[in-house]
Amino acid sequence: MEVLVSSAIGVLTAAGIYMILRLRTFPVVIGMSLLSYGVNVFLFATGRLVVNQPPILRDGVTSYTDPIPQALVLTAIVISFGMTAVVVMLALGAFIEAGNDRIDLDESEGDQ
Amino acid sequence: MSPALIAALPFLGAALPALLIRTGRNNAASVSAVITGLALLGLLLHLPTVLAGGVVQSRIDWLPWLGLNINFWIDGLGMLFATLILGIGLLIILYARFYLSNKDPVGQFYTYLLLFQGAMVGIVLSDNILLLLIFWELTSLSSFLLIGYWKHLPAGRQGARMALTVTGLGGLSMIAGMLILGNIVGSYDISEILKHKDAIQASPMYLPALLLILGGAFTKSAQFPFHFWLPRAMAAPTPVSAYLHSATMVKAGLFLMARMWPVLSGTPEWFYIVAGVGLITMLIAAKIAIFKHDMKALLAYSTVSHLGLITFMLGLGTQAGALAAVFHIINHATFKAALFMSAGIVDHEAGTRDLTRVSGLRKLMPITFVIATIAALSMAGIPYFNGFLSKEMMLEAAAHTAFLGNAWIVPALATLAALFSATYAFRFISHAFFGPVSQDMPKTPHDPSFGMWFSPAFLTVLVVAIGVFPMAVAGPYVQMATNAVVGGGYHMHTLKIWHGLTPALIMSVIAVTGGLLFLAAHAPLQRLWDATPRPDAKVIFDWIVARVQGLSDWITQGLHNGAMARYLMLFTLASVGAGLYAFTTGTLGAQTRALTPVNGAAITAWLLLLTAAVCIVAFHHNRILALVLIGIVGLTVSMSFIYLSAPDLALTQISVEVVTAVLMLLALNFLPKVTRIESSRFKISFDVMLSVFAGVAVSGLIYALLMRDFAFAPMSGYMLQNSYNLAGGDNVVNVILVDFRGYDTYGEITVLGIAALVIFALTETLLQGASSRKLIAWRPDVARGGDKHPLMLLIVTRVMMPIALVVGLYIFLRGHNQPGGGFIAGLVVAIALVTQYMASGFAWTQARQKVYYHVLIASGVLVAGITGAGAFFNDMPFLTSDFGYFKLPGLEKFELATAAGFDLGVFLGVVGSVMLALGGLSRLARRAAMGEQDGEEGAHIAAEKPEARILAPLAAGPYPPEAKVPRRWWSTARAAQEATKAERDQVHENKMKNKEEDH
Repeated sequence: MEVLVSSAIGVLTAAGIYMILRLRTFPVVIGMSLLSYGVNVFLFATGRLVVNQPPILRDGVTSYTDPIPQALVLTAIVISFGMTAVVVMLALGAFIEAGNDRIDLDESEGDQ
Repeated sequence: MSPALIAALPFLGAALPALLIRTGRNNAASVSAVITGLALLGLLLHLPTVLAGGVVQSRIDWLPWLGLNINFWIDGLGMLFATLILGIGLLIILYARFYLSNKDPVGQFYTYLLLFQGAMVGIVLSDNILLLLIFWELTSLSSFLLIGYWKHLPAGRQGARMALTVTGLGGLSMIAGMLILGNIVGSYDISEILKHKDAIQASPMYLPALLLILGGAFTKSAQFPFHFWLPRAMAAPTPVSAYLHSATMVKAGLFLMARMWPVLSGTPEWFYIVAGVGLITMLIAAKIAIFKHDMKALLAYSTVSHLGLITFMLGLGTQAGALAAVFHIINHATFKAALFMSAGIVDHEAGTRDLTRVSGLRKLMPITFVIATIAALSMAGIPYFNGFLSKEMMLEAAAHTAFLGNAWIVPALATLAALFSATYAFRFISHAFFGPVSQDMPKTPHDPSFGMWFSPAFLTVLVVAIGVFPMAVAGPYVQMATNAVVGGGYHMHTLKIWHGLTPALIMSVIAVTGGLLFLAAHAPLQRLWDATPRPDAKVIFDWIVARVQGLSDWITQGLHNGAMARYLMLFTLASVGAGLYAFTTGTLGAQTRALTPVNGAAITAWLLLLTAAVCIVAFHHNRILALVLIGIVGLTVSMSFIYLSAPDLALTQISVEVVTAVLMLLALNFLPKVTRIESSRFKISFDVMLSVFAGVAVSGLIYALLMRDFAFAPMSGYMLQNSYNLAGGDNVVNVILVDFRGYDTYGEITVLGIAALVIFALTETLLQGASSRKLIAWRPDVARGGDKHPLMLLIVTRVMMPIALVVGLYIFLRGHNQPGGGFIAGLVVAIALVTQYMASGFAWTQARQKVYYHVLIASGVLVAGITGAGAFFNDMPFLTSDFGYFKLPGLEKFELATAAGFDLGVFLGVVGSVMLALGGLSRLARRAAMGEQDGEEGAHIAAEKPEARILAPLAAGPYPPEAKVPRRWWSTARAAQEATKAERDQVHENKMKNKEEDH
């Protein structure tokens, strides 16, 4: 299981980084989403992988998984939605104003 | 009065003159004088103690773990300096009241002056070097304000900037040196550091610390080669020059050298650097001063020269040197402040202070003549004035000093410097006050009012009093301060005017005679000087500043040239590099965990995720496909959360997936559906390599982590144990969110709300002006589906709506004990609402939507905050929760926890934020649909209620029209509607016209 999760995190990170290095806004947003998945799962996994021991207290059960990374990741998921929404809005505004969706400024635009 | 209060008084009172200036200049000046006088009084109350060799201390712990404490002390040295600062400050306040014209912002002046005064007093009374550094920087900043006080003069602004740059950089150097010193001793308290001479001088870091601290002291005290800023700072009003350059700012560097004298001096390094630099400065500046025509410039260079003298004396490292330095600090402050004020009076009355234009003032302004002459003679070193005494001491000490084994060089150079000094002092008197009355002056001068000449006159009385009765007037003060400089145990010999025929007297006679000869030969010497080319410090300074600016431009442009892909690439490269460094230099513990077994489902999910991720990279040019693929990734991640014991995460992830998909689709409505291939083959392969490398690195890192147990017991143990006992919840994740770490969550819903408001603000901007016109003229780039609001979808969503809301409520209520809670419930309800917008159209839904999403966000944050604040009533900290179990007839026993109120706030905040964000995008889409010929009719299929037909176009405005909004919002909304209506008609008309033309 550990091999699967760590390799999946690696693939998500690699795909995310490749996508954020693209030159248009939409792939970059996609890349950021992929990176968010990677980072969230990474954070979650720092609590180590545990099967069938959710942190819901029950009588007679003594062993639970670590709830703190879960709480952290839960808020991270929601915040990454907020961040994605802001970025999408910026991308959209730039596209409507400028007429293209490139993320790099032209030489002339850069000086302004 | 506590030393801390003495230092704080000027700061506390600094706002008063700025406020009281509205009641007149006299009040502003008076209140400044009262504040300064109070501080001086408080200080002098401690004088008996300090004179008796005692030290007054006050200690307040500020950041004790950093060694930064608000410790003040008044010892002999601090007492001397603080008296000078506050006493001369008082005289300057009086003088400035009459000097400044009624066009100058006088209130500002006194505020700056008090700030500066407070910073200076802070420096000399600090008993903690970190605290001293803070005041040190404050003097640089406040002197910047004072020097640049006449903002309309370019010279004032440039001079202020140069002073700030030089002294500010010196301050940075000093910080480094002081930190080294504190590190060696293990304490930042000055009284503690002063006890560790041997440890400091034996340390290998002694020389670096010495050089760095001297960097601060030399720049502040304008020692060669940093002397150039001081004459440029003369662009300031004369009261500022008189204050900064006689008793305060430039003396701060000397103060620092005197303060650190017990632990830093006595080594060859100290002697050669400090005495050498002081001697050179004394000589060079005195020579330049002879040839300056501007009275203030002459005095400025003479100040540099006298500062050099004092530095030279401190550099000797002997008790005699320390005595001469302390005594000259007092004498220089008195005669130089008087001279500056006299020069100011001449400038004020005659309209010029150019020595080639003023002459014969003796007859026109006799009082000023007497004051200036006495002070200048003291500066020249004539007996019976105080300057003579300390200059004798300097010459005496110089006569016994060998430099690099040469016994002649120091006495010779010191005599020469004294000779130059006498020359410029004589020139100051003879050129300005003797000779025929000049006809070249803009105004015919006369003596000023009493208020203006009182201050310099008072100082000249001191000059004479100390000069005639040195022991009676200044003796105890000099003894007290010198004792503090040399670190205690000092006994001073009586200060005398006549010591017999000593070498110093012979040197003095040579200096004064030579000075008179030079004065006689001034005209040819001046011609020679004018004909000699000299390097201009300002040109060099500007050149250096331009080079530094060019370098920083080059770096900034190189890193931040607007190409975001490059920043991200550099960022990734740097992160990977840092990780690689850590990996190659760190160590890795042994594996302590075994692999968890896998099953078929896990492998399937893994394959699904890998395939989807690789396909995104391969096929991302088709954006819709990329969106579908990323949905697969999200769903797989949600599944994995369930499998790996995280039901809350799974629920959150899956609902966020839905809203994200809607968000992306709304964006794709506008954005191109295809990404063209633009990158070169090289860029693509480089990016692939970089990302694969980063991916492998992250994989390796998390794998290493997963195969090892926690290094320390995780704090979740506490939370698992106490979740039920303390917070009454079984779902530990939820309890952490709403209780244990409630503050984080509170911050988080606030951030989420802010993000939504940012989106709203962006939308508002895009719905106005040029972008609004672009939106109205928008043409979809792909063919639309036939039916905007498919009947099936419409009916299903409306039926589902109540069910979805109940599910949301259920998830919310069970959250404390079972997977669920405010976040997830909020997302579920938001999805239920969003589907209504999607199926029935924005206008239809918005017309039925009675609550503002802004209000939801605000009430969410408020509800959470109020719940948290409720804990105050139980005398508990913010967000402490309480809970209890209740039984109502007909229901099971249930729990009520205050955390539920907090969770309600989370719920409201999430619903409001998500809806406001998505609503913003929808409004853009609606604006774009306006231009479409049959856009509105399509939407009306769903609008079975007649009023929706009327309301639909209005909904393009910012708010549902029937809701109560402030009136001013209405007017903007209506204006927007009218504007857009006109535009729409225009577009429609044009289209009709085009059609007709086509036919």
